[in-house]
Amino acid sequence: MTTLVGVDVGGTFTDLFFMDEATGAFRTAKVPSNRGDEAVGFLEGLKTFGALSALGSIVHGTTVGTNALLERKGAVIGVITTAGFRDVLEMRRRDRRNTWGLWGDFTPIADRDLRVEVAERTLADGTVRQAVDPAEVAAAATALAAGGATALAIIFVNAYANPANERAAAAAARAVWPNEHVSVSSEILPEIREFERASTTGLNAYLQPVVGSYLAKLEAALAGEAFKGAFHIVQSNGGVMSTATARRLPVRTALSGPAAGVIAAAEISKTAGYPDIITGDLGGTSFDVSLISGGEAALAAQTTIDFGLVIRSPMIEITTIGAGGGSIARVDRGGFLEVGPESAGSRPGPVAYGQGNDRPTLTDANLVLGRINADRPIGGKLARLDVDAAREALAKHVGEPLGLSPEAAAEAVVRVADARMAGAIRLVSIERGHDPGRFAFVPFGGGGALHAGALIADIGLKAALVPRFPGVTSAMGCVMADIRHDQVQTLNLMLDGLDAGGLDTRMAAEGAAARAVVESAGLTVGRIDLVYELDMHYLGQTHTVPVPLPVTLDGGRTGINAEIVRKAFETAYSRAFSRLLPGLGIRIVNLRTAAIGRRPAIDLAALAPDVSASMAKARIGARKVWFGGWMEAAVYARLDLPAETIVEGPAVLEQPDATTLVPPGQRARVDRFGNLVLERA
Amino acid sequence: MTIDPVTLAVLKGRLEQIADEMDATLYRSAFNPIIAEARDACHGLYHRDTGDTLVQGTKGLPIFVGAMAFAVKAVIDKVAARGGQESGGLSPGDTFIFNDQYAGGTHLNDFRLVRPVFRNGALFCWLASAGHWLDIGGNVPGGYNPVATESFQEGVLIPVVKLAAGGEIRQDILDILAANSRLPNSNWGDLNGQLNALDLGERRLNALLDEHGEATIDAAFDAFSARAEALMREAVAALPDGTYAFEDWLDNDGIVDERLTVALDLTIAGETMVLDFSRSSPPCAGPINISTPTSIAACYVALKHVFTDVPANAGCLKPITFVIPETTLLGAKAPKPMAGYTETILRLIGVVFGALAKAVPERATAGPFGTINALSMAGHRANGARWVMFNFFGGGLGGNPESDGLNHANNPISTATMPPVEILEAAYPVMFRQWALRPDSGGAGAHRGGLGAIYEIEVLDERGAEVFLLGERGRYAPFGVNGGGEGALNRFSWNDGDTTGTPPMASKVTGVKLRQGGRVRLETPGGGGFGDPVARDQAAKDRDVRLGYVTGASA
Repeated sequence: MTTLVGVDVGGTFTDLFFMDEATGAFRTAKVPSNRGDEAVGFLEGLKTFGALSALGSIVHGTTVGTNALLERKGAVIGVITTAGFRDVLEMRRRDRRNTWGLWGDFTPIADRDLRVEVAERTLADGTVRQAVDPAEVAAAATALAAGGATALAIIFVNAYANPANERAAAAAARAVWPNEHVSVSSEILPEIREFERASTTGLNAYLQPVVGSYLAKLEAALAGEAFKGAFHIVQSNGGVMSTATARRLPVRTALSGPAAGVIAAAEISKTAGYPDIITGDLGGTSFDVSLISGGEAALAAQTTIDFGLVIRSPMIEITTIGAGGGSIARVDRGGFLEVGPESAGSRPGPVAYGQGNDRPTLTDANLVLGRINADRPIGGKLARLDVDAAREALAKHVGEPLGLSPEAAAEAVVRVADARMAGAIRLVSIERGHDPGRFAFVPFGGGGALHAGALIADIGLKAALVPRFPGVTSAMGCVMADIRHDQVQTLNLMLDGLDAGGLDTRMAAEGAAARAVVESAGLTVGRIDLVYELDMHYLGQTHTVPVPLPVTLDGGRTGINAEIVRKAFETAYSRAFSRLLPGLGIRIVNLRTAAIGRRPAIDLAALAPDVSASMAKARIGARKVWFGGWMEAAVYARLDLPAETIVEGPAVLEQPDATTLVPPGQRARVDRFGNLVLERA
Repeated sequence: MTIDPVTLAVLKGRLEQIADEMDATLYRSAFNPIIAEARDACHGLYHRDTGDTLVQGTKGLPIFVGAMAFAVKAVIDKVAARGGQESGGLSPGDTFIFNDQYAGGTHLNDFRLVRPVFRNGALFCWLASAGHWLDIGGNVPGGYNPVATESFQEGVLIPVVKLAAGGEIRQDILDILAANSRLPNSNWGDLNGQLNALDLGERRLNALLDEHGEATIDAAFDAFSARAEALMREAVAALPDGTYAFEDWLDNDGIVDERLTVALDLTIAGETMVLDFSRSSPPCAGPINISTPTSIAACYVALKHVFTDVPANAGCLKPITFVIPETTLLGAKAPKPMAGYTETILRLIGVVFGALAKAVPERATAGPFGTINALSMAGHRANGARWVMFNFFGGGLGGNPESDGLNHANNPISTATMPPVEILEAAYPVMFRQWALRPDSGGAGAHRGGLGAIYEIEVLDERGAEVFLLGERGRYAPFGVNGGGEGALNRFSWNDGDTTGTPPMASKVTGVKLRQGGRVRLETPGGGGFGDPVARDQAAKDRDVRLGYVTGASA
């Protein structure tokens, strides 16, 4: 038993969540982030919990990798690759940015003069047609370092089928490379498809110096405060990893911050009796949605960071649309009302912030409708919000063109934004074959709880569950996340005539390797689960379906056989598509192995409202809120509401980091963990 | 019935989501890489009486987006000819199938499935799915017979027939389809994928209709069309009145080695536009004719690339008049061969860009690389099974007011991605020796044209392989605008150890036999340049040389 701190460094604030495993006591903290020198806010926040020397472990959700990718501020990288293929990173998959419109170009992450070819070739069946010459690789690496590259990527064609040439090249390059930043495609992603592997490997190299120096800075700062515990990083797959693994595989931190929030939402909701949820993080410019079924977050095999920048590595599947509090509302030339994707962000932000934007945003609409308290803006940065300016902007840009009153215009803006959010939720639920009636919506971050009521009504969701501290959900997730390591290996085996013994041996080796990474991470785990999945298809298809296997590693064997695989494939295929195709050959393309070190559960009852809480203390007053017309809505201090009480809509529930709106016809119940459960009355 | 702006905005998103989801379903479940990877497919909702496009997926192949309305109209005509619903010409649960290029546009490889959606016993609208099947018989595996002189040499032509009647798939039709392809399993897999997409679209649309009612959705369709028309009229009105002529050439038709002209006289008068192609060459002997539906669809693609914010539905074509005489290769009739239709529409799209560049030079886009290079390599494996590796290749886009042209892009008619080398090498007995940008291929300009590519492929199988190519731009390069230079020409060659060769017809060749170790080399065109090269920023020039986009030879 120890003390744990989750730290989520955001663009504006750093949120922290402290937990004493022995007593279950928790505390939260919020301090300003310091962009470029995150260690300052990081330490300041940690110190609010006492001396760092007494802390057991720190788990960090970081956006440093994400920001370096989005802002294209990674390292200068060099690439050593197979003769004839230096341009793979630049040629992409021969796509273009938009379906319509032919303008715009593309700058790859490695300049062409820093991509060097060496003579070597492996064929698709793994045969080495031409062995690599280590001396040629060493010379290429030396030249790239001299040319200014601070990280190196080695990417050979067909290295997934046989890594021998890449390994020889890596050894030669590492012998001369001036630092530890060497990324090798068969170590990072031994999976077929050279562009995706090259992009993932290249981006790993691109992030290595950035993430490496960031972690070094934090570790030095922690050491300076005599911190002796473990320091871990959240990965995009929602699990945590050691900083050593993070240095080796920084590309796996790309969605670290948002993944932690999803994990916490899943855990909180499961404990509250809602194992099937859809999370929604409404920020300034975007709305991020994830689906969790049976307590497990859906993982996506790859994500596109920007045009031509693909990361292939399992990540919490997060669907993003350009609708946030700062999304700008406008009536287009065809007379259509649109909200977003253009955004005023947090700077200059909504009109009501008075920071120079004069076009109305979603936040302005919520303000004009009385849903947001103008005198107590969330986040605590501004003293008050300018309602009149917001109303004027809505009247001018939306009301006049559509012939609506300012309030009706604001309501239209909210409805269109709600519809866009509902579209994103449909995309991850109905479109993937999930019945939305089974799912609860879980908003986290500051903005989502305002829209939760409308979304459950619009989509027919079961309920909405607003966590007790929506603003620190990501920091909580850091503390709750399991340790996880994912591996992939392309196999290309036909199911007919499958060598089950050979497959078993491969699976055992992959499982042992993944387990070793988790074991060496140095955090308390209850047990380690090994999960196997195959990517499979009918011969001739190029896309695959993920096929979970009902086996695990036991006594060095998995017990896999062709019948188990066939049955699992047919189940998965018929779930994905309505028609099986009997008689056609079936192929195993990839083996995916995940080792998951389950962390001890946290007693969320610690978050419950204080026994001294009462409805009388919680009631702040009432104000007019627009629901198709002005209505008197009760206003409560949400954190002062006692457990097992019910608030009937219309009502507004305020807390420092979020506002929950209970529309007429809905009610909010405080559960015994302090969550708000919003339901149709 | 009028509909409030909020509901309209909501329904627009919901309906587009249905079409997008149909696209995604087919991409994921399709068999052949031309659909699964290259996304040579399209889905949408179409008007019950006219076949007009109501809603279109945002990811579908652009050229289909314009052509689908004609395909649905062909089904409507067939139903009418059969006496309509009363006489059993149409029933709930029917699904029609066809690949008749003269009626539905494009070429024989593209199979359309069209299904009525009934509500309360009445036809509400049509759902349709189009996808490119890998092999449909004919003289050349994979289609694209560069020397066809009649469609009969290109493949099997299935007229509009019922694939399913009253919900029951007709096995007879499946048997006919299977018997007419070298790769029946692949086609069968794709057909199932298209049925999956239609099933899903029908479920989703019915759920939306249950929620909002037929009258509201109908009113929304009308509003979408009116909005697209209004936006297009406004866009056209912003262009200066006048007539702008532009022409470009095709190398030849693969049969007769003479150039063919695609000529446009574009007239802008107020908020209307006339696209007159009368000065184009007559129908030709070889497979680069196109039918009128294809030509209109290609114009639509060109205009959508220029006016990107006009929505994709029938309304946007209302302010435009097309003049496409049957006496030109752009309005050809049966049985003229059309397998290489892509080359002709690329030229057609180019001349629309060229004419508009004269009207509004400051918003001009230089010529894209302009050929798909349909390259087929085929042979037999040790067990006698046939293999066919069929691909389209990339090239450079044109320089434009905003940027240099994109290097190694897909064509304007497509959003196709290219299968990875490793997938191709794992599937076929070939090895790529080179997969690289082609230096010096982008047209010079203040904004340079994007670079084309070099692909060199070696045959690994001891039984050798046969090679077919249907390309273009072997003699007439992608044009520059506003003083920009031309992109490099397309080049194709092969080497079989002792012998080397190039196509006798510049860019088209059939049945070249290569032994094990033999190679083909394709060097694709770059895009044309935008603006005077002298005005190019010195830093950009230096960068071009440093990165090897431009070599010492031409810098």
